[in-house]
Amino acid sequence: MIPLSHAPHAHAPMTVGQVMATVLLALIPATLYGFWLYGWPAVFLWVVAMGTALLAEAAALFLQGRAAKPALLDGSAALTAWLLAISLPPFAPWWIAAIGSVFAIVIAKQVFGGLGQNVFNPAMAARVMLLISFPVEMTLWAAPMPITSTQAPALMEGLAITFGGSHWDGMASATLLGHVKTEFSRGIDLTTSLPAHFSAVQGGLLDAAWGSRAGSLGETAGLLLLLGGVFLIVRGVITWHAPVAMLLGVAAPALLAHALSPAHYLGVLPHLLSGGLMLAAFFIVTDPVTSPNTTAGLLVFGLLCGLLTWIIRTWGGYPEGVAFAVMIMNSLTPIIDRYVKPRIYGRDRKGQSLQLEAKRSEK
Amino acid sequence: MNPLSSLFSSFRSRGGVHPDGRKQLSTEPPIRLLPLPPLLFVPLQQHVGAAARVSVLVGDRVLKGQLIGASGGNISAPVHASTSGRVVAIGDFPSPHPSGLPSATITIEPDGAERWIETRVPDDPFSLSPEEIATRVGAAGIVGLGGATFPSAVKLNLSRKSGIATLIVNGGECEPYLTCDDRLMRERADGIVEGIRLIAYAAGAREILVGIEDNKPEAIAAMRRAAASSEVQIKVVPAMYPMGWDKRMIQVLTGKEVPAEGRSAEIGVLVHNVATAWAVREAIRSGRPLVSRVVTVSGAAVAAPGNLEVPIGALAADLIKACRGLTSDPARLVLGGPMMGTQLPHLKVPMVKGSSGLLALTSKEIGLLTPAPCIRCSSCVRACPAGLLPLEMAAHIRAADLASAVGLGLKDCIGCGSCSYVCPAHIPLVHYFNYAKGELGALEKAKLRTDATRKLADMRNERMQRIAREREEAARQRAARKAEADAAKKAAATAAIEKELA
Repeated sequence: MIPLSHAPHAHAPMTVGQVMATVLLALIPATLYGFWLYGWPAVFLWVVAMGTALLAEAAALFLQGRAAKPALLDGSAALTAWLLAISLPPFAPWWIAAIGSVFAIVIAKQVFGGLGQNVFNPAMAARVMLLISFPVEMTLWAAPMPITSTQAPALMEGLAITFGGSHWDGMASATLLGHVKTEFSRGIDLTTSLPAHFSAVQGGLLDAAWGSRAGSLGETAGLLLLLGGVFLIVRGVITWHAPVAMLLGVAAPALLAHALSPAHYLGVLPHLLSGGLMLAAFFIVTDPVTSPNTTAGLLVFGLLCGLLTWIIRTWGGYPEGVAFAVMIMNSLTPIIDRYVKPRIYGRDRKGQSLQLEAKRSEK
Repeated sequence: MNPLSSLFSSFRSRGGVHPDGRKQLSTEPPIRLLPLPPLLFVPLQQHVGAAARVSVLVGDRVLKGQLIGASGGNISAPVHASTSGRVVAIGDFPSPHPSGLPSATITIEPDGAERWIETRVPDDPFSLSPEEIATRVGAAGIVGLGGATFPSAVKLNLSRKSGIATLIVNGGECEPYLTCDDRLMRERADGIVEGIRLIAYAAGAREILVGIEDNKPEAIAAMRRAAASSEVQIKVVPAMYPMGWDKRMIQVLTGKEVPAEGRSAEIGVLVHNVATAWAVREAIRSGRPLVSRVVTVSGAAVAAPGNLEVPIGALAADLIKACRGLTSDPARLVLGGPMMGTQLPHLKVPMVKGSSGLLALTSKEIGLLTPAPCIRCSSCVRACPAGLLPLEMAAHIRAADLASAVGLGLKDCIGCGSCSYVCPAHIPLVHYFNYAKGELGALEKAKLRTDATRKLADMRNERMQRIAREREEAARQRAARKAEADAAKKAAATAAIEKELA
């Protein structure tokens, strides 16, 4: 006797695990580049975040009496930890990564019911929690010191930075957005602060595009993240709608404001290549769980994510607004889904049956 | 229609998936005749509507094409003997349904002579009136052979009455594995085109479009050759599942959308399948009722896949045997295509008019995995050709909130399986929807029953009240009559006394 099953009796060769694995694959170039740029501390931080996340996931599933193996193998916890790790300052102490990972997995994901049930993107929720709770550690950026260069921390020194709380000379560097915000608060506008920032990191905007500046792994490798995002779109794992809408949501107001007052508003390129924008556009707002269902919904969602990011960056108290913007929009996702629905075949947008032409002309 | 608007119409239709066709398994060998099996089991219910009524007795000798079950109502179809021989049993036999539950079936023992009934056919079928053609199509037991099995004559009559402009002939065959329509078009294009012209004539259609998916170049070429000197236009449509969904085919070929609460005839379109057109040609030109059909036998577990011309009532096991048996234990037996076909419990069930395919699939082919949690990836939303939100509907059904699922368009779901097919979490979405549709049907039935009971109770109350009222009235009348009589008696007595006294 063969057990009964319903049609279809065929299936596309795709699993949740493969989806997650493809996203992880897309993150590899940017991450490896980041490792090279920031050296051993960045590697250790990544390892701590990953390990803690998997342990936290296993523990949470054990407490719920659910099988841990399928959930661990689907790669969702690893992806969350990976995204969190590359959004942290690379020289942050180990406990930042550990607390962040536990918060992301246990509070932001498992408490809501596990994979697919969380309202907020776990990595962004953890990042926001860390930024609010540990502002000093979370804003201490390191200038890039390629792992091959002489001033880079060696293996043991790296261990000391991550696990021993030891400081490093280059650690006082500020990110572009942070620097600009601080200078504004001192009454110094962009015409002075921008060149100063670039001279401090020994390069111009184009060098910045290639990561020659302070920031998280995810910030500095903007172009490699873009590459990963394009790979995901080509593979059909994500669609272009949310990323393009988000980049547009930042670029459009930036273009307008910069044209009106170049001394007060950053231009399009610094905005696009700074902070967590590229990471968020291709890897965070495309998180299926916390984004809308429809393409139209994704456009609205992405656009508002971008706009909120630009607003927070421009007028908010924090130099970077991506994580906040994403969390605000995550909470609006159910509302977007409620109002933006596909049109059903044979019906109008309101769900009423289409009228026959004959009947329509009678009216 | 100009190329630009056809471009736009293909943009307008959304959703759909591109499953692995696996048609190459069975597409090359020509159609073979199934060797006559030792017994044929012809069910009386092979179509949408009322079952046919038995019109033979056990022991009767029958000829091939002889009526053995008469049409059971307005929406029904007769069934005919698929070969000459003797009726050996009338009774229950496992039906080609996942349950394998028995249904009324006539069993025929072939005599091997394959003797046809006497037929009367006109030299020029177009000399017949359209009504007569529809009547003959109905009498031949022809139903939609694409799988819907709706009685064709009913559609023809309805179309003529409502006045259709366009006949669309569906040669999409978008289901993976199936190649029966492909082979039929390659080998019998002339007959199909004649059948198409007969259908158009009977339905009163002016424009005739045949939609064929671009993955069947040989069929397209054959049909183009056959249709060259006629008004039949062959249209190539992109291969995509579910291109064969009639409403999708209408949209792609005409740009029109069928209203949700309407039928295609209401926008002036009639849709028939190519195999149905062949059956119509056989019925009108040769006077032969529908007693056989082409069935694709395929799947990795079948030794020699191919297409067989099968008498209705042959067992699935006979077909497998004719394809040199199974190479491995199939993980699943399917009647129809893999996307919408039904699972068979075993091979001892008969082939019916709607059986387009018989698949023996290996576990590798069905890709069965344990369902994982939904990650809301919306692959199902993008795949749905009807514009629904499968993930939301399934979530509501899981929470036993059928009303919300209906609000999201559950009743517009065509059960095509595109959502389940793409779901990376392997959630059996269609299973949820069909469960919910079944529950809704049961609720509807229960409500009808309650309503009927309430109505009966109300009528009884009314009747009891009326009886009581009538009794009261009668009692009152009796009392009044009595009083009157008493008064009269009294008056008479008084009068008598007065008379006496006087």
